[in-house]
Amino acid sequence: MRATIAKPPGVASTVNFPLIHTMFKVIFALALTAVAHGQLAVKADLLFTMTGDLKPIKNGIVLCGEKGKIRAVGPASQVKIPKGYKTLTAKVVTPGIIDAHSTVGLSGILNSPKHDQEQLEKSSPIQPELRAVDAYNGRDPLVKWLRDLGVTTVHTGHAPGTLMSGQLMVLKTNVPSITSMKDTLIATSAVASTLGAKALSKSPGTRSKAIAMLRAELMKAQTRLLKIEEAKNDEEKDAPASNLKLDVLVDILNKKTPLLINAQRHQDLASALRLQEEFGFNLILDGAAEAYLLLDEIKAAGVPVIVHPTMGRPFGDLENMTFTLAAQLHKAGILFAFQSGYETYVPKTRVVHFEAAMAAAYGLPQEVALAACTIQPAKILGLEKKIGSLAKGKHADLALFDGDPLEMTTHTTGVIIDGKVVSSKVK
Amino acid sequence: MRSRKLIAIAMAPFLLLPFFFSSAQESRKSEVKVLAYTNATIYPVSSPKIEKGTLLIKGDTILAVGTSEDVKIPAEAEVIDAIGKTIIPGLICTHSHIGSVAGADSSSPIQPEVRVFDSIDVRNTSINKARAGGITTANLMSGSGHLLSGQTIYLKLRKGNIVDDLTIKLADGSLAYGVKMANGTNSIRDSGPFPGTRGKSVALVRQKFIDAQAYLKKREKHQEEKPEEAFERDLALETLADILEGKRTVHHHTHRHDDILTVLRLKEEFGFKVVLHHVSEAWKVADEIAEADVPCSIIFLDSPGGKLEARDFEWKNGAELSKRGVVTAFHTDDPINDSRWFLRNAAVGVRAGMSRQKALEGLTLAGAKMLDLDKSIGSLDPGKQADFVMLSGDPFSIYTRVLETHIEGEQVFDLENPTDRLFAEGGYGAGHNREASGCCFYR
Repeated sequence: MRATIAKPPGVASTVNFPLIHTMFKVIFALALTAVAHGQLAVKADLLFTMTGDLKPIKNGIVLCGEKGKIRAVGPASQVKIPKGYKTLTAKVVTPGIIDAHSTVGLSGILNSPKHDQEQLEKSSPIQPELRAVDAYNGRDPLVKWLRDLGVTTVHTGHAPGTLMSGQLMVLKTNVPSITSMKDTLIATSAVASTLGAKALSKSPGTRSKAIAMLRAELMKAQTRLLKIEEAKNDEEKDAPASNLKLDVLVDILNKKTPLLINAQRHQDLASALRLQEEFGFNLILDGAAEAYLLLDEIKAAGVPVIVHPTMGRPFGDLENMTFTLAAQLHKAGILFAFQSGYETYVPKTRVVHFEAAMAAAYGLPQEVALAACTIQPAKILGLEKKIGSLAKGKHADLALFDGDPLEMTTHTTGVIIDGKVVSSKVK
Repeated sequence: MRSRKLIAIAMAPFLLLPFFFSSAQESRKSEVKVLAYTNATIYPVSSPKIEKGTLLIKGDTILAVGTSEDVKIPAEAEVIDAIGKTIIPGLICTHSHIGSVAGADSSSPIQPEVRVFDSIDVRNTSINKARAGGITTANLMSGSGHLLSGQTIYLKLRKGNIVDDLTIKLADGSLAYGVKMANGTNSIRDSGPFPGTRGKSVALVRQKFIDAQAYLKKREKHQEEKPEEAFERDLALETLADILEGKRTVHHHTHRHDDILTVLRLKEEFGFKVVLHHVSEAWKVADEIAEADVPCSIIFLDSPGGKLEARDFEWKNGAELSKRGVVTAFHTDDPINDSRWFLRNAAVGVRAGMSRQKALEGLTLAGAKMLDLDKSIGSLDPGKQADFVMLSGDPFSIYTRVLETHIEGEQVFDLENPTDRLFAEGGYGAGHNREASGCCFYR
């Protein structure tokens, strides 16, 4: 929640000293908040802006200016710190880390059903109408855990596990409660869909049935879309009445909302590509453990991939996973990002840049590993003009480290969201 | 594997009649390979790091470790230049579920008669993956869904054909193993003979050990009074009697501070040897653990939680325990953490304040102590078994890869071998529990 600035008191009917005192205090607090929200300089021995060739700037400076936006970025020789700015220093600074797919805030720390497990509704296999905003608890300790480690933005919501489990949203990790849709960056960023063994139960009980059910539902939405178009062009005809579920599917067909399909095995990935070809929606492939078998097809379809956690467990549909997947996607020129994913037990959440780190050990260049948890997820989510890199006018979201952010021995030393220090812990 | 067995069969006569075939034995001795790994950065663990060091091994045993000046390389030695490489002792995982290990069933909460030894699948790919992670010795255990889920098994991850090829024999001829116990929520169930509360859990365990005390007395009396008569053995109580006699170590799953203290009370009451496992809230009762002088085998998780009793899990457990002198080792709890990420545990230990030395011990020597195997493994010292791992760089760097794993002088993992690489990195076929091949299916 960004509404941290105290509201000024209403006009007082009578003047009294305590009130003046209170007003003074409020004005003072506002002044302090202004400092906290801007006028902050961050100096870094190595500054990863995640722009251009991704190479870091030596002795870089980021100036966090008004309204939580970046005022200037560059080497110390070019960027002067204005008077009155508070200065933080760190060995390494990156844009705030972005987790491309998580369930944090819905799947809570205690793993207690009916209390903090809101990530998977199993009453029906296709429920795209379930919104992430209605299930998110930004005060869950795991959100803070990730924030203190440098994760500033999460793409979170309903988990993999059914054909369509619900919606995802994008928001910053400093939002404790969603009081309005404006607290999110995107309130409905995608609808989560799952193909493969995880999505099978009594019905759909087979892969063929699963695809048939999805196609039938998308066809209903196609018909609905035609009726909406007809009503637009023909005054005689009424637009179809609102339908919570079908309206979301129409948004998918309209390419307003992407369909994020979690599929691990090559045949399920191929099914996802076929569905996309048939219905023409914006597809994001998720998980994609066997994507290395379909690199040409994925590349040709122009589909981005949010890879399963590098340290995912190699069982079931993930049995053929490889730690080199990210490196192979990079080499093939496919846009990809890392995710913390969904965990049913322990650890209850993964840390997305730890997953990036392991991919860096298996052939992915260090700066690309960092890009795949900063600018690359921002691109996949359509937010690259706001977050994911450090440039003038972008959100002042930064993560500070005392060494290579990918080394497990390195500590996060500070986290900044919208120009405000949200953590100065050494973690 | 097959050829190894043939060699063993061919060798059998010599092994059976060594004294009568001394000349044959001489020729066999001369076949024992002497290998010198030179120019490596060596962490013996029992002594400081050696730059440009030499590791000299003969057959299955370490002959010498030291600087190139200190170690004289015999003429017959095969010299392997390990410049730029790092050599550490074989990693010891004190708590693992690889090899499709299984113990007790759901018929009762305490089943000491069950051996996990009888469940191991040596062809399970999880064992190949553990070798790829540099693990040379592992304590394979059943789960934590029972107060006592059976006898564990300590295995050397040799390339064996059957589980017997991987076992460790003790001086008395018995196999090396411990006993798995658990408390807290995992072993509490809603139905059947299982406890529903912590109080009941402890009462059930105490009664069983009291029964074992009586059994032990009865057995001693029988041996004194009528050793010629057959004693009516009880498989379950015999195992508990071994614990009471200090022959076997209890490996006790426990998370919460109060559950940790419960184990310390049991140890006090029955005087058994125990290693605390996981110990998520160790940092809260680190003084008490140190006072009780009980070793801890700790886990590393990326985040706390997943269940109430792991909510207060902290990365600083390793630092808080080791600085109080508690023998502290890491474990994978594979599949909780994949065996191939074992080195990473130590890196997080260092991140949270553990010394590099203690973190390295936590992967090697401390684990050996917990399994009572520190006389033969856990460090690179002359006379110890030649279990070692060759790394591409610093043991705590995320970019470091395991290049080779050796057990008793035999290479069991080589990153350059396509099949081994498949297990190390994953890929098509890496999950199948059969002989995998790295040749096919890739484009």
